[in-house]
Amino acid sequence: MNAGTAMQAPRGSQENWAALLEVATREVFALMLGCQLTAFATADESISDVTAMVGLAGQLCGVLSVRCSGKAAALMTSKMLGVALDKVGSEIADALGEVCNMVAGNFKNKIAGLAEGCMLSPPTVITGNDYTLRSQGDTPALEVRLLLEDLLIIISLQVHS
Amino acid sequence: MPIRALIIDDSSVMRKIVERSLAQAGIAMSEVFQAGNGAEALVVLKENRVDLILCDINMPVMDGLEFIKQLPGVENAKNVPVVMITTEGSEAQVVQALSSGASGYIRKPFTPEQVKEQVIPVLAGKV
Repeated sequence: MNAGTAMQAPRGSQENWAALLEVATREVFALMLGCQLTAFATADESISDVTAMVGLAGQLCGVLSVRCSGKAAALMTSKMLGVALDKVGSEIADALGEVCNMVAGNFKNKIAGLAEGCMLSPPTVITGNDYTLRSQGDTPALEVRLLLEDLLIIISLQVHS
Repeated sequence: MPIRALIIDDSSVMRKIVERSLAQAGIAMSEVFQAGNGAEALVVLKENRVDLILCDINMPVMDGLEFIKQLPGVENAKNVPVVMITTEGSEAQVVQALSSGASGYIRKPFTPEQVKEQVIPVLAGKV
């Protein structure tokens, strides 16, 4: 699998951005965590108690977030580090931030012109779910829902026009 | 012959992944130093000689591009190859890194094979 620029979409159209976001996410999990994400089939909502966010600025402004349960975040960390799940500790926020950063970078690198014209902020990670996120974005967020084993991961891109 | 590597990234998780990828690529390491940014790496290099530096670009305090500009003045870093590892895919940034002295460039996400493809020629002095 090549996570480079092999699959680059034109800058103008946002119609296929959700598909690109899904591909970008799947590539990060396959290459860096060694696991395949599967499609999320049901509409059930699970608690997202860890949220990582990366800001995008320049030709594309917005926020990309990765939300999941603490159990999913611990599983991601375990797979990234190649250690047993019960050995995972304080690295969870760092790991989820890096996943979010790589998904954001991989996504923008798939859209012509954005690799050069869009910069990423360092990741921010929120633990807990008692918060409200208010964005200046004026379009509905793109959202991709995938399963890591049986655990839901929600990837959202809120674009500011 | 085992090498001494310096891995620079503000994410400790990513530093561990890079170290594991080097091992998976078959690169034997006698010692691995780690630093969270360019300034910390310069401190490491004051006391230690290394054979290979793998460096993130976007980091707080001192980023990878500034770090690489400082290297010519560091005795322990003379002729030490530097491979940049970053999420950014900008060709301009690749050119800037290579023109500043980097020997290679790996884009995240990456496989151990991609690490091997970049690092082995660099260690062999072919880049």
